[in-house]
Amino acid sequence: MTQEQVQQIKNNPKYQKLVSTRSRFAWTLTIVMLVVYYAFILFIAFSPETLGTKISPDGMATWGIPVGIAIIVFAFAMTGVYVRRANGEFDGLLNELKNDIEKEMN
Amino acid sequence: MLGRILSLFMMASLTAALAAGADMGEGTKAEELNIPAIVMFFIFVAATLGITYWASKRTKSASDFYTAGGGITGTQNGTAIAGDYMSAASFLGITGMVYLKGYDGLIFSIGFLVGWPIILFMISEQLRNLGKYTFADVTAYRLKQKPVRILAALGSISVVVLYLIAQMVGAGKLIEILFGMDYEFAVVLVGILMILYVAFGGMLATTWVQIIKAVLLLAGTTFMSIMVMAEFGFSFDALFTQATEIHSKGVEIMSPGGLVSDPVSAISLGIALMFGTAGLPHILMRFFTVADAKEARKSVFVATGLIGYFYVLTFIMGFGAIVLVLGAENGIYLAADGVTLKGMNNMAAVWLAHAVGGDYFLGFISAVAFATILAVVSGLTLAGASAISHDLYANVFVKGKLDERKEMNVSKMATVAIGIAAIIFGIAFEKQNIAFVVALAFTIAASANFPVLFMSIFWKKLTTRGAVLGGYVGLISALVLVILGPVVWTQILGNAEAIVPYKFPAVFSVPMAFIAIWFFSITDKSEDAKRCQEEFDAQDIRCQTGIGSHGAVAH
Repeated sequence: MTQEQVQQIKNNPKYQKLVSTRSRFAWTLTIVMLVVYYAFILFIAFSPETLGTKISPDGMATWGIPVGIAIIVFAFAMTGVYVRRANGEFDGLLNELKNDIEKEMN
Repeated sequence: MLGRILSLFMMASLTAALAAGADMGEGTKAEELNIPAIVMFFIFVAATLGITYWASKRTKSASDFYTAGGGITGTQNGTAIAGDYMSAASFLGITGMVYLKGYDGLIFSIGFLVGWPIILFMISEQLRNLGKYTFADVTAYRLKQKPVRILAALGSISVVVLYLIAQMVGAGKLIEILFGMDYEFAVVLVGILMILYVAFGGMLATTWVQIIKAVLLLAGTTFMSIMVMAEFGFSFDALFTQATEIHSKGVEIMSPGGLVSDPVSAISLGIALMFGTAGLPHILMRFFTVADAKEARKSVFVATGLIGYFYVLTFIMGFGAIVLVLGAENGIYLAADGVTLKGMNNMAAVWLAHAVGGDYFLGFISAVAFATILAVVSGLTLAGASAISHDLYANVFVKGKLDERKEMNVSKMATVAIGIAAIIFGIAFEKQNIAFVVALAFTIAASANFPVLFMSIFWKKLTTRGAVLGGYVGLISALVLVILGPVVWTQILGNAEAIVPYKFPAVFSVPMAFIAIWFFSITDKSEDAKRCQEEFDAQDIRCQTGIGSHGAVAH
């Protein structure tokens, strides 16, 4: 890729839109995942008894169990959310962009 | 042809050696020969060698060898990633940990899983768009090839070797107990099989071995979990209540316990597990086997689902084992001391298979455990061989001026060398405490591989000097801190007190790597630094769009 082509693509509004929306989306999801996970880790580190609280006085299950399973399910759901949007909306934008670039080059 | 001769030779020698193993088993501590397990294992080996033969006919170019020609679909790759990642350490180790400590086992599962979304958001499609065969293709994209490739190869090989040692020692012990074979023989057998898969079948055979193994493992563990839950009328409360009555720790198994006692260790473990996954060379390599970014994303989605599901099952199986294995009548699964399990405490999942499904199901799960080890060591060997042939040989020693055939030959020789090294290490480390090596592998992956990879994708100002010095800071600090830590310094070297009191040093070594990368980059005023920064825009466009990426044009 020549410097000229690089500039041309960088200045394409579709490219700018693709990059900014996708990065924002990816970083938001990353931060959400980090917050959820490290909140869990901090509970384990500083207040393990919170997770060890019984859900109901008659049973044995503690809050830590549904919370732990929920983090696993949540992580999977997050990958689903990202893949859905990336393979739909973002790839759609990308294809439009690629058409633009092809036209410009011919 | 060669593949066929070797498979036949393999089968013959396997039969002969099994007979020999049975004889030797008499005098040793090995259990009785387990016939159903051996029959099922033979079927698996025969099927995978058949696949290897099929794959060898389709593995002609370097691209076929390293990445199966990029022709794996997202769903296949996701399943293979799951097969690569759900090692015997997760299957037996985590079930065993839940069995021993209850809730603490779940903490590890979650840590092993949460790296995956991060890989999806930050690494997977970027890797696919920028790389070709190894993750060093990405880190060396705009930096100076030689020093960056050497660093990446060192990081990859360290992780691969450590991981291999853990798998080989685990495999040897497991097979000794399950199949009644000798330890040394089991290690040699695993080593030879993995050399055959990788050297002849390359990535295609490795992928299918991993897919088959993933399906078998998930089917087996699903069945076991359903059988466990059926015992308790599908009531978790009934399962937990009985488990707390039987377990010596009582209700403590229901909450976070001593495993991660101090906050620094807890956070450090979290960092190592989360970012370590994103720096494992054998996992990163899998993203080059699919056609484009779309399939790469789909792979992570499928892999995360399968791995997450599997970890939920390990939790059920661990608790099930407390009631059905520990609490079995007459202590039939316990060793002579009446406390530990026969073989080792990691055998909880295996004895649970017997408790819920009898001899034949035990045989099936034993064969699956063996298949698991084979699938993981094959992926590791391929990643290690690629680091040697593609990063060191092709891009450092001959600097890209070579023909593909030669590179592939080097790769195959490297495969054999790694296989032999793994056998030697496996035998040498038999009696060693190897519990720390997987943690060390993750710490190195998180401290040396991940920071350089991440910064090379996202940070424009990264320079060769920053990447190389930062990578070595991560690598060396991870190594030194683990050696000075409690496991190696006190338990293995026998010193009274550890110099570094933390088991997992990632909380220090990962930031150190990032800071070093940053500092040595911004203070780098060389011509090369300027060039690296100027070339970022072109790299970023390819990273964002996939325009110009390898294999993306092959529709």
